[in-house]
Amino acid sequence: MTRYTARNGLSRRTLLKTGVAAAAGTLAAPMVWAQSNIVLRQAGTGVSAFNDIATKVQDDLGITLEMTALDSDSVTQRVATQPDSFDIADIEYWICKKVWPTGNMQAMDTSRIANYDKIAGTFRSGKLTPTSDIAQGTAPHTVGFTSGANGKDFIQEESGWMTLIPTIYNADTLGIRPDLINRPIRNWSELLNPEFKGKASILDISSIGIMDMAMVVESMGEYKYPDKGNMTKAEIDLTLGIFTEAKKNGQFRAFWKSFDESVNLMASGEVVIQSMWSPAITAVRAQGVPCIYQPLEEGYRSWGGGMGLAASLKGAKLDAAYEYINWYLSGWAGGFLMRQGYYSAVPETSKEFMSADEWGFWYEGKKSKGDIVSPQGSKLEGPGAVRDGGSFIERMGAVACWNSVMDQNQYMVRKWNEFIAA
Amino acid sequence: MQKPRVNNALTGWLMVSPLAVVLFIFLVLPIVMIAVVSFWQTTAFSVIPAFQFDNYEFLFGSPVTYTVFVNTFKYAILTWMFTVVIGFTVAYYLAFHIRSLTWQVALFLLCTIPFLTSNIIRMISWIPFLGRNGIANSALISWGVIDQPVEWLLFSDFSVVLAFVHIYTLFMVVPIFNTMMRIDKSLIEAARDGGANGAQILWNVIVPLTKPGIMIGTIFVVTLVMGDFFTVRIMSGSQSANVGRLISNDISLLQYPSASATAIILLITVLIVIGILLRFVNIRKEL
Repeated sequence: MTRYTARNGLSRRTLLKTGVAAAAGTLAAPMVWAQSNIVLRQAGTGVSAFNDIATKVQDDLGITLEMTALDSDSVTQRVATQPDSFDIADIEYWICKKVWPTGNMQAMDTSRIANYDKIAGTFRSGKLTPTSDIAQGTAPHTVGFTSGANGKDFIQEESGWMTLIPTIYNADTLGIRPDLINRPIRNWSELLNPEFKGKASILDISSIGIMDMAMVVESMGEYKYPDKGNMTKAEIDLTLGIFTEAKKNGQFRAFWKSFDESVNLMASGEVVIQSMWSPAITAVRAQGVPCIYQPLEEGYRSWGGGMGLAASLKGAKLDAAYEYINWYLSGWAGGFLMRQGYYSAVPETSKEFMSADEWGFWYEGKKSKGDIVSPQGSKLEGPGAVRDGGSFIERMGAVACWNSVMDQNQYMVRKWNEFIAA
Repeated sequence: MQKPRVNNALTGWLMVSPLAVVLFIFLVLPIVMIAVVSFWQTTAFSVIPAFQFDNYEFLFGSPVTYTVFVNTFKYAILTWMFTVVIGFTVAYYLAFHIRSLTWQVALFLLCTIPFLTSNIIRMISWIPFLGRNGIANSALISWGVIDQPVEWLLFSDFSVVLAFVHIYTLFMVVPIFNTMMRIDKSLIEAARDGGANGAQILWNVIVPLTKPGIMIGTIFVVTLVMGDFFTVRIMSGSQSANVGRLISNDISLLQYPSASATAIILLITVLIVIGILLRFVNIRKEL
């Protein structure tokens, strides 16, 4: 621990704050990993699999990180059916709800997580601020805790055993090409506006797509769900019915499954309005193509990501995994990922690894003073730019729902398959 | 007399047994397993052994299944039509118009050059070409053929069939060329001496003699297209579906029993199609 904190130039004060005990416990650790050539295999979605992170982990901890980037459904499938093919699952909370009951993952002891107390409230009590409401859907804290090391259940309060250690999260909305639309977009219902016939797209990942659809249906005034995150069969039929009709009328140009597909659709001009993820917007802009992550009146659809340990991890490898997760929360990775528009689950530590200007732009919604660059260093914005949607509190405070796995998931999945095939 | 015959039979059985064992373990058993799983039950994250017809009930009860099967046949038939015409023409040119064997081999190898890159790359390279602002549309606009970009070039049935034809035509060329090369040239001379014109020779001599090759190519193309899911997903922008995509969607959503049921129905369908095809032509003559 001392080794990497020293390299990262973490201040002495912060180091002391993490506690003498924690430091002492892991003091000799990095050398051990370097000698034993520990390899951790991490399977996750493409949004956070960067070679830069693997290189940094190698430098700081001496742990070799082998990352596999898959689409959300493939990760789910892998965690559920091939428990020996990964050590760390870098997944989303809705995936956790699906795969946790298989017993292929083990709970994490929060007393071994140095920065546990600094993890954002959203992942612990579910509340962004003490007074805020909890949005509909599979909110991270509802599937974030379990009863013990081998628990297969979910517990609604902080139990000391976490299913996933939260890493990053964000509020998603529609991405648009302002240069091809030429008018303000304010509502989710615009996705099905006939004006964009043949130029719209939605993502083909059921647990996320159904929530985007629900936002659109509510925005159109077709129906007001009692709970979008847990639809009845009739509500699922209604939602997919509206979209099937739109599909048959040629509203959609394509559906996408992995985020690079969404980048290509948007950058090539095939699509002018679509469900999108933050790094995709960053990637389109980095190509010099104008693209806005449009804040909408009905609010955002949010997601949270975290890391879980494979049930098979034990001994030195398990210790290395804890070391890696502690490193992940210690700030460098959070700062890195915040530059593509995500929020770090431990904002305090990430702040230390961003310039005041970057922090102001990405987190506080302030005007940039200098150039804002992507994680890889290409210029995204010049001075005077403001982040789409504003500050953290403005964006995360306007979350209307989380990506969800519903009670009627089985039915929804079948209906979704029909929608894609229709 | 009796004894050697028994021995012969025994040797025969012994000789086929290695292949039989391999096929049994790697072909028959997995298919049996798929058939068994197709009766199982499933929840969001686990598969429960059972014997129930829910998966088939859902499959046959959904109107989408029928449209998807119709779609699958549509792609197979369209692709077959184009590949057979192109494949026959190419093979005919190689077999009858190129006189020297060296050139035949050289040109034949030329046909295979695009196949040195992967299917996926060849398929994906169509996307920027056919797109709204792609090369095809910009060229057509600059020539004044169209004013507005043509939308149906990409993410449509057109682009799916185009990619299939591009990928699978060689599977038609090879067997047809192979059969044509075996046609006795004296038959053609005899036909000409008998007063037949070029079209008559083609239709009454060459086509009938090439039938086994066409049939082998047809089986390749039809089974490949009916079993495909990736081309359809990429080239239709996930908008259209064939049976393969139905299965792959099920698998990605962990619906293994439902995927198995669909796979069994697809297998039966393809076997019926091949059965029908084999009634037209005796391909054993070729083997």
